[in-house]
Amino acid sequence: MADSQGSTGKKPVGKMISFGIGSIILYAIVFSNEGLVTEWFTKGKWFAALPIITVFIFSFVHGTFASYLWSVLGLEVVKKK
Amino acid sequence: MHDIVQQATNFIDLGMMQVAFLFIVGFIGGLVSGFIGSGGAFVLTPGMMSLGIPGTVAVASNMCHKFPKAMVGAYKRFKYGQVDIKLGLVMAASATIGVQVGIKIQEAILAAWGEAGSNLYVSLSFVAVLVIVGGYVFYDAWKTSKSGGAEKVTALARKLQSINLPPMIHFKRANVRISLWFTIPVGFATGMLAATIAVGGFVGVPGMIYVMGASSLIASASELVIAFVMGFGGSVKWAMNGMVDIRLTLIILAGSLIGVQLGAIGTTYVKEHMIKVVMGTIMLIVAVSRGLAVPVYLTDLGVMHLAKDTMTVLNRISFISMAIALCTGAVIILGAMWKGKKAQALEKTPAPVFVRSPK
Repeated sequence: MADSQGSTGKKPVGKMISFGIGSIILYAIVFSNEGLVTEWFTKGKWFAALPIITVFIFSFVHGTFASYLWSVLGLEVVKKK
Repeated sequence: MHDIVQQATNFIDLGMMQVAFLFIVGFIGGLVSGFIGSGGAFVLTPGMMSLGIPGTVAVASNMCHKFPKAMVGAYKRFKYGQVDIKLGLVMAASATIGVQVGIKIQEAILAAWGEAGSNLYVSLSFVAVLVIVGGYVFYDAWKTSKSGGAEKVTALARKLQSINLPPMIHFKRANVRISLWFTIPVGFATGMLAATIAVGGFVGVPGMIYVMGASSLIASASELVIAFVMGFGGSVKWAMNGMVDIRLTLIILAGSLIGVQLGAIGTTYVKEHMIKVVMGTIMLIVAVSRGLAVPVYLTDLGVMHLAKDTMTVLNRISFISMAIALCTGAVIILGAMWKGKKAQALEKTPAPVFVRSPK
């Protein structure tokens, strides 16, 4: 996941939009093939890898988007003295 | 087994209302987890069941969102220097054994007293643990805030740290040196509680603070490592039985990944004792909620008698108060962050310079 910019740096608007679009595409793929995805993802046994890998991929893309989102909204980590 | 699975996984159709509910609860649950290390599951599972999702699918899909959320939260807080990975992993090892024992106890109760007996056991565990531990956490937070917000290591933790019982482990980030033997009961209890009420952190975090001597910042952040390890193991198990509805998991994850990072950032805005305030408040309100459900289960067991309408009302109030617990936690976090941000902005503003005008 990406590091957000420092409070003095430029806001990562472009990166947020890129990862946001990536996230929307991933969600669109899953939900437009709902039936097929559900069928394969619930076969059990070794097919268990499918939901597990999927959540890792979504966590990276959507998580990075969320990180940039808070950064763009001006919420940065406060370093206490 | 697979036939049963196929019956259970006649997954529900998702409308806008269901999607919005899962996203919002995911966000609030994520916010609370990012801040105190756990939470959210106790509202999500019953909430999902009220949407018509079978209990096992609700538990499985919820767990499958929990471990990536914990992973992202742990990663963020690791970057802020708050996670002791070794502490999290040592605790997770004994928690895994605790989960297995917890499941065995649940199975034995289910076989002896059926569904109502199992529900009663879960609710009584909730009430007992949350009143005792939550009450103490809340009292300690109040005491700390009155003394200026500086946390002190408890006498119990200092005593245990001074006992030289090999093997001794040094947790560098937490700045704690303690015998492995004293970490095991805390981890074990965390796992037992996770198997019983799905929120092991309600014992894990206070255990790391009061028994082992870690700060609330380190304890709540390291709890996310435990949640990741336990959630990952549990999710693989559920997925191997084909019980995970990935659509539900991904919708909750959409909200919780945003919330968990806000909660993690929030810990850097507030005084440390705020973690205890949020945790204690949530635990006490949830205790009341589960306490309200006890008469319903006693009626199911035939121990007492309640009218059907009264039982419905009690169940509804119990669920609403659980949702209130989560929302109250979120409001306290956001309020404390708001105050912290305002104080930070004031610090940055240069002091006004008064220039004396010439006479």
